[in-house]
Amino acid sequence: MRVAFGALLSHWRRHPLQLATLLLGLALATALWSGVQAINAEARASYDRAAGALTGGGLDRIVRGDGGSLTTDDFVALRRAGWPVSPLVEGRLAGSDLQLIGIEPLTLPREAALGPKGNGAALPDFLTPEGRLLVHPETAARLADTDLPPRIVDASLQPGTAVTDIALAARLLGMGRQITALILAPDAPPGDPGQVVPGLERRAASSGDLARLTDSFHLNLTAFGLLAFVVGLFIVHAAIGLAFEQRRPMLRTLRALGVSARALTALLLVEVVGLSLLAGVLGLALGYLVAAMLLPDVAATLRGLYGADVPGTLSLRPIWWLSGLGIAVAGALLAAGQGLWQAARLPLLALAQPRAWARASAARQRAMAVAGAALMAAAGVLVLTGGGLWAGFGVLATLLLGAALMLPAALAGLAALASRVFPGGAVSDWFWADTRQQLPGLSLALMALLLALAANIGVGTMVSSFRSTFTGWLDQRLASELYLTLRNEEEEASVSAWLAQRTEAILPIADAEVVLGGRPGEVYGVADHPTYRQNWPMLTALPSAWDDVAAGRGILANEQFFRSADLALGSQVALPGGALPVVGVYSDYGNPRPQVLIGTAAFEQRFPDVPVVRFGLRVDPTRAEALKADLQATFGLPASAMVDQSAIKALSLEIFERTFAVTAALNVLTLGVAAIAILSSLLTLAGLRLPQLAPLWAMGLTRRRLAGMELLRLLVLAALTWVLAVPLGLALAWVLLAVVNVEAFGWRLPMHVFPADWLRLGALAVLAAGLAALFPALRLARIAPTRLLKVFADER
Amino acid sequence: MLLELSDVTKVYQTAEGPLRVLDGVDLTLDRGETLALTGESGSGKSTLLHLAAGLDLPDAGQVRLAGQDLGRIGDNGRSALRRGTVGLVFQQFNLIPSLDVAANLAFQARLSRRHDPDWTAELARTLGLDGLLARFPEQLSGGQQQRVAIGRVLAARPALVLADEPTGNLDEATGDAVLAALLRLVAESGAALMMVTHSSRLAARLDRRLHLSGGRLA
Repeated sequence: MRVAFGALLSHWRRHPLQLATLLLGLALATALWSGVQAINAEARASYDRAAGALTGGGLDRIVRGDGGSLTTDDFVALRRAGWPVSPLVEGRLAGSDLQLIGIEPLTLPREAALGPKGNGAALPDFLTPEGRLLVHPETAARLADTDLPPRIVDASLQPGTAVTDIALAARLLGMGRQITALILAPDAPPGDPGQVVPGLERRAASSGDLARLTDSFHLNLTAFGLLAFVVGLFIVHAAIGLAFEQRRPMLRTLRALGVSARALTALLLVEVVGLSLLAGVLGLALGYLVAAMLLPDVAATLRGLYGADVPGTLSLRPIWWLSGLGIAVAGALLAAGQGLWQAARLPLLALAQPRAWARASAARQRAMAVAGAALMAAAGVLVLTGGGLWAGFGVLATLLLGAALMLPAALAGLAALASRVFPGGAVSDWFWADTRQQLPGLSLALMALLLALAANIGVGTMVSSFRSTFTGWLDQRLASELYLTLRNEEEEASVSAWLAQRTEAILPIADAEVVLGGRPGEVYGVADHPTYRQNWPMLTALPSAWDDVAAGRGILANEQFFRSADLALGSQVALPGGALPVVGVYSDYGNPRPQVLIGTAAFEQRFPDVPVVRFGLRVDPTRAEALKADLQATFGLPASAMVDQSAIKALSLEIFERTFAVTAALNVLTLGVAAIAILSSLLTLAGLRLPQLAPLWAMGLTRRRLAGMELLRLLVLAALTWVLAVPLGLALAWVLLAVVNVEAFGWRLPMHVFPADWLRLGALAVLAAGLAALFPALRLARIAPTRLLKVFADER
Repeated sequence: MLLELSDVTKVYQTAEGPLRVLDGVDLTLDRGETLALTGESGSGKSTLLHLAAGLDLPDAGQVRLAGQDLGRIGDNGRSALRRGTVGLVFQQFNLIPSLDVAANLAFQARLSRRHDPDWTAELARTLGLDGLLARFPEQLSGGQQQRVAIGRVLAARPALVLADEPTGNLDEATGDAVLAALLRLVAESGAALMMVTHSSRLAARLDRRLHLSGGRLA
């Protein structure tokens, strides 16, 4: 058996390039998959910590059934009734992205693992009027220059979160007597808190909103990782397939010499597993690099889209290593399955029958096309009948797979059409006929290219649509020319009086933390002014919406709150001071939190303690800069107190670009893998091409011309693949925008098309294919005539 | 003189050292002549054919084809000569698998810009291929494929036809029929033919016969 195994392995010694292709393909596939998994694992571990912090370590909660906030009266009533509850306040600190959690340390259940007792901080300090903030070291560094209470560093906390005493949190958040939730001790007796305070409900501990919310994003990443993995497997399948084909005579000889089919299959299996383990280790090392490279961008995305904080550093777990190696082995076995099956099943003589590995029958191409069409039809049915995120991803999967299966037939059809549209001489006829002939051998690599291009166009269209909508939305939303934040109400009085003569309008921006639909959210008080009536980005509204808001008879809800709470126009939303109906819905991109707008008067009535120190100023845009300088000179305001519209827009767009940097990086990586798939296919096919090209050379076509045509063929195929990828990518974009995004982010975006981007991508695809085809073409152009003559000499 | 080899030497580097395959070979071939080249396996017959076609260059000596020294005209010049002057028939036929019989037949003629549809159609009839024009090479028998290969060469009306064991893959009866067609059509077109063969019987049907042994012609 050792001798037989040695004979099998000798193939790789004779074909080092093929071995390198196989290892590279599998390593790349493993790298992208395991890199994405490492990121997901890191983020999930982070959510678990966050969920622990936010939910009180998996303890049951008591909340209001209508999604509104509780009050300290509810807490007192329950404690008096013997319920072991502890109050919790959650919210985002105004003007920052700090998530503040207020606890009551004396009643907090031990199991909550929150508060000062678990980390050595002195309880008296925590309870002083000045108070303390427990924060992660990263957060402590971020808060270094703020005038917030003193910080106590605790590495077990979630970055971006601060834990403090409930009274201090309520004060900082302006929540007055509101309580977000009441945590129940584990030994609490079963019962209905609604019997003590009507409207209260007991909620079982959940894994946290964050994990649920971000599931879609991680599913997205996983889908991308899987796509890249599948693209990588195309390379592996091509390399292993060719190796099996080239070793057919050797397999036949080994069988003839007495090696049983079972033993031969076992040896091939051992070989595949051995090679895949080798490639797996290499892939894991690459995957670590990919993950380390992408994690900061992913962290930015999660912060931007969901307000989730994930540390930007990577810690790897043993399960990651094992699963990475497992996927490498499984992928290689999947890719080698066809060859292994044939080696195990085919009778001895059949092994010797010549079979053009690269040539699939027309019947097979037709069968693939039919299967592809069936999958496309299934995608259509899913769009019409399915619902939810998984149906969305099901549509994406069937669409992509179906299109990939239809690709060879479609390219053959286009090549046939091209030969009729561009009739030429003998060489031209041969070129198109030979292009069709080469398709089966190149189809896996071209499918990989199609998937990569479609993903690029689909995701690119989504991101660009998002960018375009977001920019337009920013223009509407940031209508004021200057935004002003004052230090206190005294300053506000003097500045307002001064501004009254110098501005067209002063629009107060008042906001308070509230509980909306059971989640921490925010309520804004807005003035009744044409600035809002004319510019606010409404999605749907009653005709009287602004009048209702101004009169305190209704609220406007942001889209994500409207969708997640399953509201309709007219639905009542619980707010401090009484519920109000939804009279309109507006788009609010990039905000992960529920938000509502009410009129200024209603706001002041319901939140009398909240100071109004932020304003939007309407002035002639050409005068904004001068007004800023005057304000600074007259009142000694710091520069940070005044932000002009363009600066906010620039900052928002910068955050936006960073948010989608990870998608762009994955796009480029997937395209790179597709280019390597093409290169590997061409290199493995190069040996098979010589017998087909040598007669043409003998008939008078120069090597350089033949090489040029080989290069041109790949460029043409890449361009045709791109042509087919455009409609597929647009279909993908539609599914992402109309199905997946609505489920994932809670908002629906209009789809915009960007033909210039497609052209750029097409040029990039042709360039990538050209680069991949360049080396084999150069090799052919410089091939020694003796190599070509050998084709004829081998005939005997 | 159409083809002229003067003092041609070809040496291959092998694991056992340099191997002198051709050693000072002189040979001439004129238009309308047919020449059989025989010899044992490895005697250099195919090498000589390849040198005559400009597929390879000698290490010493000179090969002149249609008045041109193949060693002096570069790869492009040799390619142009092969397109316009030479027709090659291989043992394994070497048809273009992606083209049907009709396109294969016309291929070299179109390549050399001498395509005459009437002449190609007549060749197809003569070679018994007119019912097979829409088929692809893989759908033909060996004999049919070789007839297509011969038709492809003759359709281009080359001055020199070089055939390397053209019947080596065919049974005796088919081989005889194919050779008969080749000789008849070469004679009709006025081309010269040099054919490499193992068979003395087939060699006897050509005008001249040369035997290669030890790198020299006898």
